[in-house]
Amino acid sequence: MTPVTLQATGMVKSYGATRALRGVDFTVHAGSVNVLIGENGAGKSTLMRILAGVEQPDQGEMLLDGARVAFRSVRDAARQGIGIVFQELNLCPNLSVVENMFLGRSVTKGLRIDREAERALAASTFRRLKADIGLDTLVGDLRIGQQQIVEIARALVDDARILILDEPTSALSEIEVATLFEVIAELKRNGVGIVYISHRLEELMRIGDHITVMRDGAIAASAPIAAASVPWIVEQMLGENGALSPRGPKAEPGAPVLEMSRVTVRRPDGVALVDDVSLTAHGGEIVAIYGLLGAGRTELFEYLCGARLGEGAITLNGARIDGLTLAERVERRLLLVPEDRQREGLFPNLRVGGNLSLSFLSRLAPRGLLSSRAEARAVDGMIGRLGIKAPTGDTPIAALSGGNQQKVVIGRCLMRGPAAILLDEPSRGVDVGARADMFKAMRTLSADGIAILFTTSDVMEALAVGDRVVVMANGRVTADLLAADADQTLLLRAANGVPVEHDMASALASQGSR
Amino acid sequence: MTTKSPNSIGVGQPPLLAVLIRFRALIALLVVFAFFAALAPHFLSIGSLLIMAKHIAIIAVLGIGMTYVILTGGIDLSVGSIVGLAGMVAGSLVLNGLTLTSLGLVIYPSVPLVVLIAVLLGGVIGLVNGTLVTRFGVAPFIATLGMLYVARGAALLLSDGATFPNLVGSPELGNEGFETLGAGQLLGIPEPVVIVMGLAFVAAFVAARTPFGRYVYAVGGNARAALLSGVRVNRIKTAVYVISGMCAALVGILVASDLVSAHPASGETFELSAIAAVVLGGASLAGGRGTIGGTIIGACVIGTLGDGMVMMGVSEFWQMVIKGTVIVAAVILDQLQSRLGGGSDRG
Repeated sequence: MTPVTLQATGMVKSYGATRALRGVDFTVHAGSVNVLIGENGAGKSTLMRILAGVEQPDQGEMLLDGARVAFRSVRDAARQGIGIVFQELNLCPNLSVVENMFLGRSVTKGLRIDREAERALAASTFRRLKADIGLDTLVGDLRIGQQQIVEIARALVDDARILILDEPTSALSEIEVATLFEVIAELKRNGVGIVYISHRLEELMRIGDHITVMRDGAIAASAPIAAASVPWIVEQMLGENGALSPRGPKAEPGAPVLEMSRVTVRRPDGVALVDDVSLTAHGGEIVAIYGLLGAGRTELFEYLCGARLGEGAITLNGARIDGLTLAERVERRLLLVPEDRQREGLFPNLRVGGNLSLSFLSRLAPRGLLSSRAEARAVDGMIGRLGIKAPTGDTPIAALSGGNQQKVVIGRCLMRGPAAILLDEPSRGVDVGARADMFKAMRTLSADGIAILFTTSDVMEALAVGDRVVVMANGRVTADLLAADADQTLLLRAANGVPVEHDMASALASQGSR
Repeated sequence: MTTKSPNSIGVGQPPLLAVLIRFRALIALLVVFAFFAALAPHFLSIGSLLIMAKHIAIIAVLGIGMTYVILTGGIDLSVGSIVGLAGMVAGSLVLNGLTLTSLGLVIYPSVPLVVLIAVLLGGVIGLVNGTLVTRFGVAPFIATLGMLYVARGAALLLSDGATFPNLVGSPELGNEGFETLGAGQLLGIPEPVVIVMGLAFVAAFVAARTPFGRYVYAVGGNARAALLSGVRVNRIKTAVYVISGMCAALVGILVASDLVSAHPASGETFELSAIAAVVLGGASLAGGRGTIGGTIIGACVIGTLGDGMVMMGVSEFWQMVIKGTVIVAAVILDQLQSRLGGGSDRG
């Protein structure tokens, strides 16, 4: 196997008005681990999708070992030695390991699938990966970590000389991560060039050889890992970050609004996604819940709003609500803005107005009939209040940008006059300008006495927007600090599972960087 | 009317083509009508127009219930069998009355009560469909397919497969007048047509102007988002099957009344005509898009096409081929509209 270098230069890619990549140069070095890091929406995934042939760039060229290449499809890229393992696994749970590995690329003898040849090839690939996985096991019966290895094996069967791993550890247990790292080391020894995307800084420092930091669709910095440090990476990721001004002095928080005690949420196989979390959010307080992907933040919110089963008491304005249905909790004015707006927040078939008023319709129809005038007034009011860029409520929802769609989902919750509002990754997929608008709106709301909880994977955002920062790692709360007492390094450590006690905060903060 | 068919937000398509596709159902109706008016003898006579109106009314009433179901992203295959069962139950009540074995008594309910009982029965069947879909997680296609067989079997069991003939009732029993519902006229208009007009008006109003209607569109557009917004999604989904079942039972009454007899095989394949009418009317089987008005036009196209071909003497076999072709062509146009209109949006 000859080591191969892949060079991409001047990559440009736009989706509608959004520029996802604005002239990116990226090199995959053979026989080494090239780590890629950046905030959500920085363009990492878009770049990888182009390298793997899922999408085609608007501009730019790629050189594979010095020869110009263009990939028309994933299959095309795979034939030329580029394999990708997506964050979301793409396996058929109802088929066996071997069947999955050769899906769409069967080894045939005449018209017949050559099972012996496939099995032999699969067995040798797993030997190479030093992985012990039964070839005839149904993929649905494997643990997530094992499924990931099957995905990697599938890429290697195609003789991948460059392998892209998009956040491979987000769903893995610690032991599974260790196994994966052994596999990566083995591949490296064989001269495979690896692109490794992750948010977990310590992980990157451990296995990376080269690091590239992306920000807002461009390369912010690139260096050998030996020359990089955690604070340097964070700095490159965030840039000047002028959009967020620190929060001014604020009034004392009011009475407890949303209280949860000993909340635990388990996966069907018993693994705790949220592990014994107790928190209180006060009226007029913004609580930032910071953590890495898979820390259990989304699951906590889903349990709080009633969209997921679990255990633990929840109290809203002094009354227990954990026995209520989701609709009853909405009735009591606890509202969730889900992370995935397209999938969980928007109604593509309704206009902006219909999207905004949905949770408020019972109030707009006192005698069972919708009053179009009252609805239009409420909708126009909310469009003005949040600065949604839509001329009227009749605008199709698809005509709005991501940030404005986000505002529509938030606006729907606000119309109901919430007591507490849960925002799951409100800045995901939202451009910098709209983000600032949104945080401004959150502050205005908290001044009205609403308890606001929001999750973020962005340290700076947690510090700048939250009054309090709660850090979660592996389902547990590892820090609960006033934003004024916290700093980036401290929060990053906590997010990687190092618990922080309140009084330890300043001590740790001073020992700072690596 | 704020939640109607999606706006075309794409730019640059030829506007004439867009308009033609947008109003394709209405245009199809005019074309079909003009075609038969020119070529089929007696197509425009009052007699044949009245018969055609009744046929259309039957498809339209089923289509109204079906529209609600399809708007939520479901389907109701059981309506044809409910037509048969409701007709048989009504026939049995008129002819044999209700036997209360414990008291050794036979009561003959009056016609309005017969109608009420049959329609409620349709609602209960719909409730079972809805419960299967929401509580037991059975796919709508399967749940209502099962009900298609069960209800048809029940209709056959009621009389051991025989017809209940001569459903005129008698003045002594106080249950006469059953036949006027389907065959009677109001101001010269057949009663089924009056019923469907009233029903269509109410249904269109509910869809466009009540919270329930908006929730139906919301559930079909994005059930998860509706749930997270506090909509009682299961309740909405159950309700649409109840509505569909009641509409089907009403059709069962109308058919039995029109023929003055109830046959257990009545209503077979009606579900397909109803679905065809909804789809021709521009609804998306994926849910969230469609209107009652569109369905009424769709029902008119199906009804006109069927009766016109009969009058022209087209063989029954060719009729099936042509109807099938029209339905598939309508869906192809629908896809074309989505492509012209929506495009793929990223956010």
